[in-house]
Amino acid sequence: MSTIDRQWTTRLRRGVERTITLDKALPDTQPSYVASWIYVFGVATVSALIVVMATGCVLAIFGPQWWHTSTVGHYVNSLHLWGVEVFFFTMVVHLWGKFFMAAWRGRRAVTWMTGAFCFLVSTVTAFTGYVSQSNFDSQWIATQAKDGINSAGVGAIFNVLNLGQMLMWHIVLLPLVLVLLTGVHVAYVRLRGVVPPFAEEAR
Amino acid sequence: MSKKFRPDVDVVEWTGAERPYDLLKEGCYALIAITVLVAGLAALFGSPDDPAVTLKQWSIAAPVDFAQTAFSELNGTSDTATYGAPYNTNSPGQALGPLHIAQLVGVHIPIAAARDFVLAPLEALPANAQLRRALHQWSGASAAQRTTWRAHYGAVAPGMTFSGDSIVTASSASGPVPEFINDLTLMARSGALDEALLTKDSFYTTDFTKGLLFLSNGAYLTDQANAQHLLGSQWGMMNETGTYPGQAWLWLYTFWYQIPPYTTSGNADILVGATMGVLTVGLIFLPFIPGLRSIPRRTRLYRLVWRSHYRREAQGA
Repeated sequence: MSTIDRQWTTRLRRGVERTITLDKALPDTQPSYVASWIYVFGVATVSALIVVMATGCVLAIFGPQWWHTSTVGHYVNSLHLWGVEVFFFTMVVHLWGKFFMAAWRGRRAVTWMTGAFCFLVSTVTAFTGYVSQSNFDSQWIATQAKDGINSAGVGAIFNVLNLGQMLMWHIVLLPLVLVLLTGVHVAYVRLRGVVPPFAEEAR
Repeated sequence: MSKKFRPDVDVVEWTGAERPYDLLKEGCYALIAITVLVAGLAALFGSPDDPAVTLKQWSIAAPVDFAQTAFSELNGTSDTATYGAPYNTNSPGQALGPLHIAQLVGVHIPIAAARDFVLAPLEALPANAQLRRALHQWSGASAAQRTTWRAHYGAVAPGMTFSGDSIVTASSASGPVPEFINDLTLMARSGALDEALLTKDSFYTTDFTKGLLFLSNGAYLTDQANAQHLLGSQWGMMNETGTYPGQAWLWLYTFWYQIPPYTTSGNADILVGATMGVLTVGLIFLPFIPGLRSIPRRTRLYRLVWRSHYRREAQGA
């Protein structure tokens, strides 16, 4: 084995080549049992996430005060808000659908767990968005939520009364985690495939 | 020896029929549909933006509530003054069993209520001979003398009124305290206190901790929230101002605040947090929890998803 063959970068590249084939990443067929509207909610969730990220980027470009004073800004904020509402709606339907399909079967537990983590991180991300609105709603939510967060001992690194800190969590740290987790989740969906139906005749 | 088939864990991987599928096309259609849906909802309903409450607004609308809150800061009886970590050491804070987690972590956002909310802002005011004398009198007094002044003012504070552009109480031997409370109220009504609490340490700041803590210690902010159905007893944080949908996904978190023992416990926040922590771990590790992972197979709701598959199987059989 040559030096190049032994490099971790070479082994990683070849491992990715072996694991994520084009057929798995972008399939042109799928099992015939995948024929229900419930399957739409996964891709709908990712689509809503894209809308949320795009509108969030526009809000970030113009700054946190823009949407309070500009009609266009207010509309972009409305897009962001409704994007989040649609995102959670589709994600929760997706989650319940996968639960009742027991979608963790057949070495798919990591797919389930990364999905559950995505839901968890999404709730925290949305929460930091609500306390970063810089209006009455954010004042009230922040002053109420501080007690739960302080009681857990994390008030210093997650001070909901500190707009700058919350905004950084909301537009940098948490989206980074959420996008990475979503990527891993989708990769596992492609690698492991869609869970087959329960084999009823075997019961 | 082959392992026993576990229906809630294992599957018979699919070797049956396949049908044509275009993931990219599905993704594009979904993105277009979701974008149109969101654009429609945003155009139709917009989004709420009730202006933030200021100390100026509060002290003009409810000067007595403001002044009494200011006195509670000076007297060390406000929520913040008696909070404990991460603001001060005046309370052990909430406990999870024997553990006072916040206290163990310590004070990381130090707040001395009397100094930060009352004395320091007053010291920042432009020269005012009467106020200067009052501040000098306070700084030169013993702790016992200050306690006596506060006790005397505390006795007359419940009958406080706002009249003739000043805070009026029955006369009492309260030393400089009436001057402090009156001047701080006037300072707040001018808008200067909002600035003082925000920019005390730096010209550039994004930290509203002190202003929000002061606001939350009074009744005015709560009254506004009550009118907007945002109180904890009104399912609090999952509501939004007006009739907009809020963080509906927090329904379970909010639910615990509606029932005992959480409603009656002084440790409600940490108890709710711990409960949700356990449930979250349960959700994440659900594939490994016997009983819970069998619910889908036992309820058989999956037949709704795969009804055409089972129909085909039945026809084939």
